Amino acid sequence: MGILTEIIAWFADPGNWEGANGVPARAVEHLWYSAASFAIALIIAVPVGLWVGHTDRGGTVAVNVANVGRAVPSFGIIVLMFVYFGLGFAPVLVALVAFAVPPMLTNTYTGVRDVDPEVRDSAEGMGMRGGQVLWHVEVPVAMPLIMAGVRTSAIQVVATATLAAVVGLGGFGRYIINGFAVQDYPQMVGGAVLVAVLALLVEGVLAFLQRLVVSDGVAGESAEIVAKARSQLRPAASTSS
Amino acid sequence: MNPVVAQTGGQAGIDWAWIGRNSGYIGEQFVEHLLLTALPLLFGFVIAFALSLAAVRWPRLYSPLLSVTGVLFTIPSLALFVILLGFTGLSIWTAVIPLTIYTLLILVRNIVEGFRGVPPEVRDAAEAMGFRRPRQIVRVELPLALPVIFAGLRIATVTTVGLVTISALVGQGGLGQLFLDGYSRRFPTPLLVALALSVALAVAADLLLLAIQRALTPWTTKEA
Repeated sequence: MGILTEIIAWFADPGNWEGANGVPARAVEHLWYSAASFAIALIIAVPVGLWVGHTDRGGTVAVNVANVGRAVPSFGIIVLMFVYFGLGFAPVLVALVAFAVPPMLTNTYTGVRDVDPEVRDSAEGMGMRGGQVLWHVEVPVAMPLIMAGVRTSAIQVVATATLAAVVGLGGFGRYIINGFAVQDYPQMVGGAVLVAVLALLVEGVLAFLQRLVVSDGVAGESAEIVAKARSQLRPAASTSS
Repeated sequence: MNPVVAQTGGQAGIDWAWIGRNSGYIGEQFVEHLLLTALPLLFGFVIAFALSLAAVRWPRLYSPLLSVTGVLFTIPSLALFVILLGFTGLSIWTAVIPLTIYTLLILVRNIVEGFRGVPPEVRDAAEAMGFRRPRQIVRVELPLALPVIFAGLRIATVTTVGLVTISALVGQGGLGQLFLDGYSRRFPTPLLVALALSVALAVAADLLLLAIQRALTPWTTKEA
């Protein structure tokens, strides 16, 4: 088990926990890339998804844009942004946001759209206005799917932020890129383990948050809803949904 | 804004001469990309099908199965490629094994939902006609589940085509190599070529699967 001890040694080395290339500094960078792009994507995707779902206008366009997005490799777009706009966080941020929007947008949209029409009708029959129907009925009922979309986007952002290191930025991806360049396998695995742990942590925190914000009556089987959300987007060529 | 592009003399447009000179290389990477997409889908489908049949037979398995494949799906692909690198080195398995794992969540979910969507009346009728269980699955339930199964296959395919590019970072071939070429030379042409080919491959594979599904389930197109 030589490899394993080398990897443990990498984590145990105090030198790997200090300075600009230390784990804490790389963690801050990785979290910053992820949080900034996730927040911007959230601010774009959820309101648009709610509006499109509530009014049921432009849904096909929204889903198709999201579908095309799935077929475009994020790695290529990040490098392309770099080649056109140079080194910097802004080009990478744009790419990260572009890939974080579709899962949240589609799931918010389909969640609101698929609210039982009878539930919506009875809310209107009780005298609720459009906005009230949205906030008090549609959003709570759609919440499991909205949160599943949020979780999918979040872990995707954490994973894709690793690629920022390819175009000269920081984050945990640095260990993978630097390690590969000099064939330092323990360093690469160190980076890989850190990214994987971060993704699982984010997933765990959001799964916990989902329990808090989703009403018991519509909670359903969490694993099934998340699986549904992650296989929600139809491939690009299909327009049948 | 960016002097780097200007220095190498590259414009924002496409250098067609570069494409002509490198068509052999581009073709090789494209074929490699095809292989790295097809193998994980093939392995993933066989594994997912077996797991799904078990989950249909024993419904209690379904939720844990989705949880486990869901956790695996959460692990970033680059991380999994790197970890595999220590075991499988620069062989093709370093890409194929993680990519196979990523197809499982999507495929298991769709295969199980496909079988679950078979109307109970149909199942009862098949039983009443004297079908034994294995034959009933193949002859009656599978055809009815095919549209949902194919929907999953198409999503898994499009996802895999994109993920393959990342495996270039751990030394695998495929269109991701062209991204790296474009990066190291600050040259957009290989990037644009690889992006176009990758999207074209995803769309073509998607349409092919749709055509196969329609041929296998002619009754679904009559309604549409």
